[in-house]
Amino acid sequence: MTYSLTDSMNEVSPALRILPEILLTLTGVLVMLIEPVLAAKTSRKPLGLLAILGTLAALAASVYQLQLPAGTAFFGTVQSDAFSVFFHLVIGGIVLVTLLVSLDYFEGHSSYVGEYYALILFGAVGMMLMTSSVELLMVFISLEISSISTYILAGYRKRTATGPEASIKYFLLGSFATAFFLYGIALCFGATGSTNLYAIARGVASGASPLLLTVAFGMMLIGLGFKVSLAPFHVWTPDVYEGAPAPVVGLMSTAPKAAAFAVLLRIAYGAYGTMTHVWMPLIWILAILSMTIGNLGALTQRNVKRMLAYSSIAHAGYLLVAFTALAPMGIAAASFYTAAYAAMNVGAFAILSYLSGYNETRTNLSDYAGIARRHPVAAAAFAVFLISLIGIPFTAGFFGKFYVFTAALNSGNAWLAVIGLLNSGVAAFYYLRVVAQMYMAPEDESVAPDNVHAHPSFVLGVAILVLAVFALGIFPNRALRLARAGAATFTTQQTLPSPILVYEER
Amino acid sequence: MLNASILTWLTFLPAIGAVVVMFLPRHGRAPQVFTLLLTLLLFVMALHLPTHYDYHQQGFQYELNVPWVSSPAIHYHVGVDGLSMWLVVLVSFLAPLGVLISWRVIEDRKSEFYALFLLQQTAMYGVFIALDLILYYAFWELSIVPLALLIGMYGRKNGRAAAIKFFLYAFIPSALMLVGMLWLYTQTGTFDLVQLQQQIHDWSASGSITAAHATGLWLTSLAFLLAFAVKVPVFPLHGWLRDGISEAPTAVAMILAGKLGLYSLLRWHIALFPTEAAHVAPLMVALGAIGILYGALLALVQTDLKRLAAYATLSSLSFCVLGIYAFTTASMDGAVYQILNESVSASAFFMLLGVLYERYGTYDMAQFGGVAAKMPRLAVLFVITTLSLIGLPALNNFVGEFLILSGSFQTHERITAAATLGVILSAAYMLWMVQRVFYGAPSAHVTGLVRPDVNWRERAALWPTVALMIVMGVASIFWMRAIDLTVPAMAPKMASTHTALDVRMASTR
Repeated sequence: MTYSLTDSMNEVSPALRILPEILLTLTGVLVMLIEPVLAAKTSRKPLGLLAILGTLAALAASVYQLQLPAGTAFFGTVQSDAFSVFFHLVIGGIVLVTLLVSLDYFEGHSSYVGEYYALILFGAVGMMLMTSSVELLMVFISLEISSISTYILAGYRKRTATGPEASIKYFLLGSFATAFFLYGIALCFGATGSTNLYAIARGVASGASPLLLTVAFGMMLIGLGFKVSLAPFHVWTPDVYEGAPAPVVGLMSTAPKAAAFAVLLRIAYGAYGTMTHVWMPLIWILAILSMTIGNLGALTQRNVKRMLAYSSIAHAGYLLVAFTALAPMGIAAASFYTAAYAAMNVGAFAILSYLSGYNETRTNLSDYAGIARRHPVAAAAFAVFLISLIGIPFTAGFFGKFYVFTAALNSGNAWLAVIGLLNSGVAAFYYLRVVAQMYMAPEDESVAPDNVHAHPSFVLGVAILVLAVFALGIFPNRALRLARAGAATFTTQQTLPSPILVYEER
Repeated sequence: MLNASILTWLTFLPAIGAVVVMFLPRHGRAPQVFTLLLTLLLFVMALHLPTHYDYHQQGFQYELNVPWVSSPAIHYHVGVDGLSMWLVVLVSFLAPLGVLISWRVIEDRKSEFYALFLLQQTAMYGVFIALDLILYYAFWELSIVPLALLIGMYGRKNGRAAAIKFFLYAFIPSALMLVGMLWLYTQTGTFDLVQLQQQIHDWSASGSITAAHATGLWLTSLAFLLAFAVKVPVFPLHGWLRDGISEAPTAVAMILAGKLGLYSLLRWHIALFPTEAAHVAPLMVALGAIGILYGALLALVQTDLKRLAAYATLSSLSFCVLGIYAFTTASMDGAVYQILNESVSASAFFMLLGVLYERYGTYDMAQFGGVAAKMPRLAVLFVITTLSLIGLPALNNFVGEFLILSGSFQTHERITAAATLGVILSAAYMLWMVQRVFYGAPSAHVTGLVRPDVNWRERAALWPTVALMIVMGVASIFWMRAIDLTVPAMAPKMASTHTALDVRMASTR
């Protein structure tokens, strides 16, 4: 038995297929190289600016990839298509805004800021690579690249008690979960003789060893479910989000999740496209569990970071609802949702990081009493993000939910839509409580006036997010068209010019 | 050209204004002056609608239909007919009054107040003009946010609790309504009102409606009904009303209840699901009658003026519910006319209560007494408004209530007979209240405080409404032309046999 690996017949250089990743890696290495050269006590801001430039270049490269015909490179392991470009743009956008809002976050604190930027960039490389991998081992490697960066980033506030706890917890449980994922890959290989998604798709379609394939899917679902914090694999989420620095939480609650969902979409609709009846019930159960546990958990929280952690579990559940829909529509809805969720959640954590600073002075709900008087602009932006999380029309959250639940109804899952939207009604309460606290509660006069400044880069970052929330909520056409184009690559994959893996029997 | 864009201008100018207000200087009178001028401009613009309206044409006018979202197909489809045109004018009429009456009351966080007030104005216009289901839903949901914030931020004592209550009451049923909307889209492929009506009509007309469609239509219509009934509110879904109204600042209390829900019942429940609406009509008529009596009885025992006003509102809104679901020409015409009347009179009432509160710092009736001797001008305005709310002939509410009751009597004799008691009760609680507040011996609280009578600004807000009460009472045909052409046609066809008795014409001339 031999494999012969061939790539697309077209003339595209393989390097162009991973151009964004290359650019980010180079920038990251450059940051690491320059860091030791800078004097010990000087500001590390130039490194941040360098990272921002690198991210912008990567974003431009992703847009450029849209011009290329969809196809694979490096022996059929990486595929760039509209789907991967969509997620590259989402992840690149998240990283860009995270860098912007955290440019001043560490100023004056003896953390290793240079490495911070490098880690974010390397993490982004891993996440982006996840979304364009069509080879499970490649997925695994890029998943590890992104995870290891986030494990470290989670513990970045070293001198606090919760910081290292967050990091260790995330690391231990995360490694455990990736082990599941790896085991799933192994079982998949056992069943189909390949780790390439297209080859697996053929194996699945042939109907060979369905039990093994089902177990393999379950294992991979557990691994990815952990990464996107689906209930019941969510237990780490509140603790880690509580301990990690707020800008990092904004990043890790959106970008790795977008990447993991992209992988899940490729596995579920791509590789297991002919076994929907097997994975659909699993997704169903996880969706309902996540929505319900997330929202009920959030209701009881007094800590805003923990509340947003539970809310992110619930949102992962909403997103999963899209998976129950038929292929192109569900994929487009899920993709759109990741973008919408990214805009509003990164925004919420950005404001949180601004208001509470490095020392996280404002984490409890009561700390937000009457804050709208002291920080009218920040409070207004926070309110916009929270209202979008509720899903009020003219914000990104509305169309996110709208597409997800339309997709679900279209495939006859009316009850899932009812459960989901009732959940979002419950969710309105805890988001609204923060808004009410900011605008309607009397200000606590005893609190000394705090010393927070909005730096231009932070303002720019938040402005981008607010604009994104409204743009996705009022003019969703552009983003949706790209999401649809991405979804279409799944249905046209059989006709791609790249029969990636030729599998010969001798 | 103007005809196609006027509704869009009306809707989005306030939103633009809301952004502008935030950038005006916070001190001084700039936010008020700007908002007043803008709302007056909007009122003048809104007058374009009735003056250029074609009173012989049924269906929508000033229409604009352009694609908004490509897929699923959502259109920016707006237009008004005889039902919504006057509501748009009404909204424009009340807005400057709301600004005038808040002029000095709202001093703290002024910019935010007027910005939210204008945003709410946008949402309100949007609800009345949207002819695409999702566009409508977007404005419907949008209207909740500024109202909740206004109640919470400028509320009396427990604004925060009242705001959250209001929001959840309005938001959770809307979530179910969204499911219904999406289901309709999956079955018909359109969100457009006219096309939806046609499709649903075709299903039932062909006689071969599938069981799945029938069940789906039922559940959807119930989800819609629930969302609207909460917003009206219809008894027993009025839980948010008392706190909402008694906490809300005057300008918000004026617009909180009624219009949005009642309009939506007509446009998106009865006109969209005629068969299902006909089936729930007896229930709604009964709930309307219960609401009339329940509200009136509770108003009778209140000691707080704002709470009395809240229950009086419930009672008079229930008249509209009764009239709408009685499905006779007279009752439906009357109900729509009564939406306008109720808004005008109740707004005047809330403004007068606000004027009293501004002077004496309380809504507690026990603290008042003999105010008429101190403030004769206020007393005159107050008494006219009260008489209007009671339904005295030659004033506006009489026309509406009479049409409703005479219409519904044709189909629901006993229930109407019971509901008529509400008119008597309203006279009881209103006159008793006037007697306690304005007449009798002056109370210690009132004599202890020397306060000026209504000033020019307040008169500018109050006299137009009082004048309108009289005009609407004697010249109702002016409004009724457009209403009568549109609204009775919305009723399910089975009810159209009751038009023989032409009470309508007799009373409107």
